[in-house]
Amino acid sequence: MSLWKIAWRSIQQRAFSSALTAFSMALGVALVVAVLVIYGVIDQSFRRSAQGYDLIVGAKGSALELVLSTVYHLGRPAETIPYTVCDRLNKESKYTPFIDIAVPVCLGDNYKGFRVIGTKTAMFDRLKWFDGDKLKDYEWDEGGNFAADEPFEAVVGAVVARKAGLNVGKSFPPQHGTAAERGKEHSEFQVVGVLKPTGTATDRAIYVNIEGFYRVHEEPKKEVTAILVSLRTNTPPMVQKGLPNEIARDPNLNVQAVNPTDQVTRLLEGIVGNLQRILLILAVLIVIVAGIGVMVSIYNSMSDRRHEIAIIRALGAKRRTVMVIVLLESILLALGGGAIGLALGHGLTGAMSGVIEEQTGVAVSALQFQLSELILVPGLILLASAVGYMPAVVAYRTDVAQSLIASP
Amino acid sequence: MLKHNLLPMLELTDVKKSFAQPDGTELHILDIPDFEVGAGEQVVLVGRSGCGKTTLLHVIAGISRPTSGRVKIDGWDVTLMEEAEVDQFRAERIGYVFQTFNLLPSFTAFENVLLGMTFGRVKVEKERARHLLHRVGLEHRLTHKPPMLSVGEQQRVAVARALANRPQLILADEPTANVDMGNQQQVVDLIRETCHEESVALILVTHAPEVAEQFERVEYLEQINRAWASR
Repeated sequence: MSLWKIAWRSIQQRAFSSALTAFSMALGVALVVAVLVIYGVIDQSFRRSAQGYDLIVGAKGSALELVLSTVYHLGRPAETIPYTVCDRLNKESKYTPFIDIAVPVCLGDNYKGFRVIGTKTAMFDRLKWFDGDKLKDYEWDEGGNFAADEPFEAVVGAVVARKAGLNVGKSFPPQHGTAAERGKEHSEFQVVGVLKPTGTATDRAIYVNIEGFYRVHEEPKKEVTAILVSLRTNTPPMVQKGLPNEIARDPNLNVQAVNPTDQVTRLLEGIVGNLQRILLILAVLIVIVAGIGVMVSIYNSMSDRRHEIAIIRALGAKRRTVMVIVLLESILLALGGGAIGLALGHGLTGAMSGVIEEQTGVAVSALQFQLSELILVPGLILLASAVGYMPAVVAYRTDVAQSLIASP
Repeated sequence: MLKHNLLPMLELTDVKKSFAQPDGTELHILDIPDFEVGAGEQVVLVGRSGCGKTTLLHVIAGISRPTSGRVKIDGWDVTLMEEAEVDQFRAERIGYVFQTFNLLPSFTAFENVLLGMTFGRVKVEKERARHLLHRVGLEHRLTHKPPMLSVGEQQRVAVARALANRPQLILADEPTANVDMGNQQQVVDLIRETCHEESVALILVTHAPEVAEQFERVEYLEQINRAWASR
């Protein structure tokens, strides 16, 4: 009979207290899993959305603000820059040889809380989106891209179509400003295409023909909030790296250019990463407290179990063997609790997948594991060995003759 | 001291065991100058309560170390062995039947018997465990845990467990003391028959004359233990 089985039988004998101990461990592990999965989702969501183009060109100011506003539609739209910058980048600047396409985006309107973005057809014909693995062309769930010569056509992301009920053929009036500002309603645009889900911020936005966007705003000067620049694939890496600074220093353009991936990496590794670390430390502390619970549970049972340990010793088990049995018991409790915690954490993630997808656009499933979860297995074994050591020593020191004589 | 021409299975030479008392004096429990049991021999040790019966069995089994003297089993001097070696020796060569059965309550009857062969280098033979339970009449109780068994059945499982590791020596510490009158004879018969079948030497400790009188060799602990005589 294996020592694992002997340890398991001991756990079974104290089923209620063992279950409680394992459950407290499960809660701690579920929390760790939740933090890891949620951070994974945030990370994935941010990184996916920040790819598909190489540079964002916008008004001088905060680079992070420009990225958050343009890529994630967060915060107020930044200051604007002349539309002519976009034309120059595409046609007549010294950077043009390296540029595949520069696509203008205008922010400033919303419909039912979803950002309405004025842009050109190239947004979906030329730019791509990142699925976490590779760049892909946009695909249509219904209809297709708006036509360049139809100013009041629009396309919508997958989440918008579902939540705002904007399917092909439906018309809607964008509202000026953000939803909170309750600005005036503009003329209606008609939906001609619904994008397939991408898991990026695109899913939660409405894209209208930039010509129509300018017409409803009745502004004399054509301005844009940002320009998304996709570089040619053969652009040397050194040039790619130097372009943002070159463009920013160019007195003829008077703009800034940022690499969105760099900004997102800084954001994730800075603020978000620190937050994740704090949450993770708290979750690990909870697991350690649960581990101490395992120790208390086993340690308290030792006085009742001296007689049993003595019987096992009398049958020929060495001191070391009974010590190992107690350690295995601790490991089984921790790993059992950990397995329940994993299931609980992923079950919760699965149950909340709908909400997560709606809020972030990232599709998660209960079976989506983060590589970092693997650390839980050696971590729990180590913790269980540490907390099981003290009761194991009690087992080791049990006086066989005396304990056999004592009543069971 | 051997009554027959048997090779000695157990030899005790000048075995003494004493315990320190709170007042600093020594309490002498055992002082046995010479005691032997032959291979396959069955001996009953009779003694009153407190005369050192259990202590003697613990010393023979290596559960307690003697204060001085030699304990040889099958020629091996267990007093010279390290503790872990004694444990292994016990796991492989000695079977123990306790007065209170000492079955593990969370294990089935079958698993309790398997435990008897778990800790030595002997092979864990499930078939042997089944055979032994069949031999003691419990083939229908393999999956029952001790609380579901009667007192007599529990003691029969304990006998099967003591034989599981194919021991050379069985130590039975008052095996009938907690068994009802109806089952006492059955337990004694079972232990004696199985030991005979397996050619295992048996030392059975009892204070019951009706049990003692069934054995060919009866030893009175008060006579062989000088510590008792001097108290």
